[in-house]
Amino acid sequence: MNYKASLANISTIFRKELRSYFNSAVAYVVIVVFLAIVGWFHTSNLFLANVASLRLMFELIPVVFLFVIPAITMRLLSEEKKSGTIELLTTKPLHDIDIVFGKFLAAWALVGIALLLTLVYYLTIAALGDIDNGPVVGGYFGLLLMAGVYIGIGVLASSLTDNQVVAFIIGFVFVFIFFMLDKVLMYVPEGLTSIVEFLSVDYHFSNIARGVIDSRDVIYFLSLLGFTLYLTTLSLERRKW
Amino acid sequence: MSITVCNLTKFYGTEKAIDDISFDVKTGEILGFLGPNGAGKTTTMKIITCYMPPSAGTVEVDGYSIHEHSLEVRKKIGYLPELNPLYTDMNVVEYLDYAARLHGVDKAKLKQQINAMIEVCGLKEVRHKDIGELSKGYRQRVGLAQAMIHDPDVLILDEPTSGLDPNQIVEIRNLIRQLGRAKTVILSTHILSEVQATCDRVVIINDGKIVADGTPEQLQQEFRGAEAISLELKANVQNAMTDIFPKLKGLSHVESVEYIGGMDGVYKFSILATKGSDIRESLFRQAVSEQWVLLELSRKVTSLEEVFHKLTKN
Repeated sequence: MNYKASLANISTIFRKELRSYFNSAVAYVVIVVFLAIVGWFHTSNLFLANVASLRLMFELIPVVFLFVIPAITMRLLSEEKKSGTIELLTTKPLHDIDIVFGKFLAAWALVGIALLLTLVYYLTIAALGDIDNGPVVGGYFGLLLMAGVYIGIGVLASSLTDNQVVAFIIGFVFVFIFFMLDKVLMYVPEGLTSIVEFLSVDYHFSNIARGVIDSRDVIYFLSLLGFTLYLTTLSLERRKW
Repeated sequence: MSITVCNLTKFYGTEKAIDDISFDVKTGEILGFLGPNGAGKTTTMKIITCYMPPSAGTVEVDGYSIHEHSLEVRKKIGYLPELNPLYTDMNVVEYLDYAARLHGVDKAKLKQQINAMIEVCGLKEVRHKDIGELSKGYRQRVGLAQAMIHDPDVLILDEPTSGLDPNQIVEIRNLIRQLGRAKTVILSTHILSEVQATCDRVVIINDGKIVADGTPEQLQQEFRGAEAISLELKANVQNAMTDIFPKLKGLSHVESVEYIGGMDGVYKFSILATKGSDIRESLFRQAVSEQWVLLELSRKVTSLEEVFHKLTKN
């Protein structure tokens, strides 16, 4: 395997997809909606709580991700399938995994940009009072990892169908399941709670968001992410079965 | 850059799309891949371009197998899929740049190569337009430009002229002729005049099987039936049926004669002679000796259309 060629291909696809987000309204709608929702709930509670902390924001963003991320990822592969361009793409001299990586990274970058813009909220708070930077760094890092897993799920959903709406719904359902796992622990049989909790995205996120970056949490996110991308590649190769 | 297709079979579920087909394409040849819709043309092309693997058999492009060296094969091929899918939200230059990069075109040559393709395919006026805004003819050219952006040795074109108007068809055909000179081309179509106009060789496929393989002339030769000759002559006779008809019928190789009609001493006949014979000369001599004036004497050539109908009618 030629890694240099693979990197070049990933970067080509990444740039094409990112440009396509910004050429269409998708990127702007996502960023504006994201900032508006986060900003509204964040500031409306800020003065009530009267604490210089981003904790509320870090609780809110995972909920916003549930809707926004499947919307970002839904067209990535389903549109190629629908329009037939997938045939162009897969007959070019590149590995299927390069395609998946490139598209994944573009969506991740878009979410990254949206998160970067929320630094404005951080700056306003930092100006207002003393802020503990540990949880902030952890929170952003955790959000990025969480977004990665959600995007991985979304890309996988998008590879399963040629219909964007279906891709959105599948993506949303699975993201929602991972989000809900640690919130339904009381209904889970006793012996399984620790497993279910360990599978939950929010559990690992809240660990990291406390400002303690534990390798177990990071490994959880990365392996889940790798798994979804692997499944997506398999799903792309389904045409060969 | 030769292509060897060897015992290719493809099942979709339990349905056999192509059944044990084999053929070669020699370097520099333009091969017309002909067949009714659903015969297996597109399936064969999808296998050659490594979009999907065959159920059995193999394809080698310049000695590289689609199974073991898929990437090498794909590097050598420029592909225009059926229905010419395109990214409608990109403009022409962006799209060609994307295709070129994915084909690993050298960065230093990128611009030059894009400009060359824009020039050759006549895309200059629309280079900064979104592909979604282009007419079908222009889109087809973009598809061709995309397929040739890395200067491939092999071009696989799946129905490159479908949906175009007659003028555009001629343009695209000329383009393929011109570009195909130095390349090995496989071109699928169900338009027969296209094959005659562009291809060196024809493979006709029906129901997943190859039913004919040869140059258009060879096929016409091989699959023609009785020679049909139409004859119109002027003669000073009382009754065409009794004075002319038997004399025509009596010529050697003539199988049947049909009297079409006549007035004022001008009579029309249609003659069928045995396959492979040419009776025009003896007809002429007969006419001279009888003092008929020949107004028309012509032999109908079996068209590729007729060959096609014969081979693909079930």
